[in-house]
Amino acid sequence: MAIVESKLGPRAAVYDFTLPAGEPWLHMIKQGQTFRIHDLEGNQAVDTLFYSAADHDDRYSASDTIRRQGNIYLSTGTQLISSEGNVLMTLVADTCGRHDTLGGACAAESNSVRYSLEKRFMHSCRDSFLHAIAHADCGLSKCHLTGNINFFMNVPVTEDGKLTFADGISAPGKYVEMRAEMDVIALISNCPQLNNPCNAYNPTPVRLLIWD
Amino acid sequence: MNLPPIDAQRVLWSEQLPGGAHHSFPIRRGNRLRLTDLEGGANLSALFVHYDEKTERYNMADTLKAQHTFYLTRGFVCYSDMGRVLCSVTGDTVGWHDAVCGVSDAHGVEAKYGAAPYQTHRNAMYRNGRDSMLIELEKWGLGKRDLVTPINFFSKVTVSEAGDMRFVSNHSPAGGEVELRFEMNTLVILSSCPHPLDPSPVYAPKPVLLQAFRSEPAGSDDFCRNFRPENQRGFCNTERYYL
Repeated sequence: MAIVESKLGPRAAVYDFTLPAGEPWLHMIKQGQTFRIHDLEGNQAVDTLFYSAADHDDRYSASDTIRRQGNIYLSTGTQLISSEGNVLMTLVADTCGRHDTLGGACAAESNSVRYSLEKRFMHSCRDSFLHAIAHADCGLSKCHLTGNINFFMNVPVTEDGKLTFADGISAPGKYVEMRAEMDVIALISNCPQLNNPCNAYNPTPVRLLIWD
Repeated sequence: MNLPPIDAQRVLWSEQLPGGAHHSFPIRRGNRLRLTDLEGGANLSALFVHYDEKTERYNMADTLKAQHTFYLTRGFVCYSDMGRVLCSVTGDTVGWHDAVCGVSDAHGVEAKYGAAPYQTHRNAMYRNGRDSMLIELEKWGLGKRDLVTPINFFSKVTVSEAGDMRFVSNHSPAGGEVELRFEMNTLVILSSCPHPLDPSPVYAPKPVLLQAFRSEPAGSDDFCRNFRPENQRGFCNTERYYL
């Protein structure tokens, strides 16, 4: 874990928005801009996907990212690699220390499998992603939704191959910050998950900031 | 220890996939596919797509988190993004199949093994997993946006407590077998290119025997169905679809 603090102050940000729990967010981040996700109340899971603005098929790839760095967790120094092998973002500051990219987003359909068939009708991250792209008219479709990053989420893998959902290691005020290495579209579902004890069944807002 | 022999009358077809090759085919609900690592050390990357509705496809994250696992072996099932079971791992003598590492690409293969194009190497040319799978996806009207993380059968990658990944060389023995039962009509996309983390400096992909055979749907006492309570619900979702 590499805890690195940022020198950027919120007042110099060109964009500052607080995203409530359960809401999607789709936004362009220009090459060279710095993007921060601020976990205001702690242990929130921020499900995030990145796409090259020039080619939506060139998108965040969890497999390429973990393979290139030889490690399954994301933290300061991690380059977020696209399906074409390009660098989308570089994590430049992180006060949490570890982020998951294997667990993916909750979905109505997978919730019916994981918890009970009746959970199908709860709010979910994949529904939020679909809501955002349906309204954005930006050429993204369901087929563009792939394994995402879960910022602030702790999903340890044991040496004997068990995937576990551990208590969060984030806390109020923790943040992760990344520099865009190309023009990207960021797609977020600020997770509304009410089945996962990692956030004490209490989804909370996050603050999103961008600096030039 | 081998899997039980396949009743010859049930065999639908049998084909050897050479090392470094790619292939795709539909397989119907209820039928099985046995994969055999003929020489040992094979890697077979596989994607599963719902044949009748190709926007529904294998989902790595849903498969792993529903079953709290980082790898696949007997008992685990492959979930689609729609909460249904595309196929079940009904037999396995190898014990661990990688589900997270993805496939090699053209740049990575050339950097590791050097250039070996068709012009000079004919059909011994070096191929890569990504282009191989894209070629097969395009044959069915699919493309880059449909290329998600596949399963790498016969390959094992572990992680340390700190998250560092380690490829286990010579994991699958000669004769290693894994068997899938398809719970939905499924388009199978395959590449037998080397695993992207295989440290061997020699490009030497191994052949895999494919045997498709007629089978029965999962009964109420099925091992995969009852492997976890999540899988019982996954089978319920799947069977509702086929009512």
